[in-house]
Amino acid sequence: MAEPLLLVAGVETFYGAIQALHGVSLEVNRGEIVALIGANGAGKSTLLMTVCGSPRARAGRIAFEGEEISRLRTDEIARRGIAQVPEGRRIFPRMTVFENLQMGATFADPAWFAADIERVFGLFPRLKERRDQRGGTLSGGEQQMLAIGRALMSRPKMLLLDEPSLGLAPLIVRQIFETIRLIARDEGTTVFLVEQNAFGALRLADRGYVLVNGHIRLTGTGAELLADPQVRAAYLGGH
Amino acid sequence: MEYFLQQLINAVTLGSIYGLIAIGYTMVYGIIGMINFAHGDVFMIGGFMSLIGFLLCAMLGISSAPLAVVLVLLLAMAFTAVFGWTIERVAYRPLRGSFRLAPLISAIGVSIALQNYVQLAQGARPKPHTSLVQGGFTLYSANGFDVRVSWLQIVIVVLTVALMAGFTLVIGRTALGRQQRACEQDMKMASLLGVNVDRTISLTFMMGAALAAVAGMMFMMYYGVIDFFVGFLAGIKAFTAAVLGGIGSLPGAILGGLLIGLIEVFWAAYFSSEYKDVAAFGVLVLVLIFRPTGLLGRPELEKV
Repeated sequence: MAEPLLLVAGVETFYGAIQALHGVSLEVNRGEIVALIGANGAGKSTLLMTVCGSPRARAGRIAFEGEEISRLRTDEIARRGIAQVPEGRRIFPRMTVFENLQMGATFADPAWFAADIERVFGLFPRLKERRDQRGGTLSGGEQQMLAIGRALMSRPKMLLLDEPSLGLAPLIVRQIFETIRLIARDEGTTVFLVEQNAFGALRLADRGYVLVNGHIRLTGTGAELLADPQVRAAYLGGH
Repeated sequence: MEYFLQQLINAVTLGSIYGLIAIGYTMVYGIIGMINFAHGDVFMIGGFMSLIGFLLCAMLGISSAPLAVVLVLLLAMAFTAVFGWTIERVAYRPLRGSFRLAPLISAIGVSIALQNYVQLAQGARPKPHTSLVQGGFTLYSANGFDVRVSWLQIVIVVLTVALMAGFTLVIGRTALGRQQRACEQDMKMASLLGVNVDRTISLTFMMGAALAAVAGMMFMMYYGVIDFFVGFLAGIKAFTAAVLGGIGSLPGAILGGLLIGLIEVFWAAYFSSEYKDVAAFGVLVLVLIFRPTGLLGRPELEKV
């Protein structure tokens, strides 16, 4: 068994005196789609941000491609090949769509730029129409597309997605999930996805983890978790 | 009419200097949300650097005025930028993430420290300086009144316009400017995209300080005198200019600088020169009451 792309081992994260993650361990292998599901406030977003070094883990190990990254600065971690689509999308509101995408390519080889922007516009034709519009004026779905597109501009090895379906119409959600599948299957980008929409996420994912109050409670393949009675009761509302 | 025109020329010159200083306030505020009250003293340091530079040029026997001005300008910008970098590194960065007033208090401390340092190192008496750029021409004369433009005024206005244009281009079009705007809008997201936020903030301070150095040099040449305390009043006026134009806005700083220059000069010309500072600061009060976002500042209305 090859070493995992991302290894999280016994990570503890605090906000001030409040502990948000309790000894969280998980791994993400190359080429996989892994979903992390859990209720509001379980610590899902905290885990993604901890991987990116903001906030830092107070204990435990985080290794990317076998190298410890938990002491690196956030921008250094990004340069290792981890791109995040964060909670709330965090589009630069007073920059155009095009400039937001340029920001995504901050440390990418400039020779890739033309091809990469075409690829993003191919995935999300709406962004091409809105090319010169300010980010803050986009609809929620468009902002989500822009956030994903921006993350792809650096050609990341691993894409971290924080609730890509949040607040979007069902049709757009399906479209976004379809795109994520495409990115992972066709382009070999590893995807680590955090979702409250457990049903959609587990159907998409190869494997999943369930986070409860900062502890990993369950793990299995997407199908196993979908069939698990506990998961069904707690997160799927009787689907 | 002739008198008015003459005052207008003087006002634009003074407004240029304020505008250049105001850019430093507005950029730093934009990126880290703090008023750098030491910025006026950075401007004063720039003036002293220029004075020292001109003395060095004289010692080295550089007698060509354009050459000396360019050399001194570059020297003053470089050294003052180092001051800007150091101030941020020593006095502000350790306080980032601390409560909001902490860097403000630190800035006031830096301001006092710089003034006292220059007072000790250079003496408290005003230093006279005979400008290398002398003379001018009569634009037109009527009713026994000559409207004059000095070469120095032309140098000041042209240099300011060129710097502001170059600077607007850097912020609007280059990768560095984009990173600065990204840090200004969402620092955490910028770092998630691989932007070194600390480095970007340092560069912002250095750019602001370099522009203040240009203003310091022009101020010194224009008034022919400089002392350790000039940064206080000029700094506060430039701050007023930045607020008037809309703090955080680059074109706002330029516009605000020009307006403050106009208000000050015309108040002195037509009402009373003793109360020209009162007029300038009266504007600050009025702006804060009636239009706190300034003329070109954006109201905080954005779609989430």
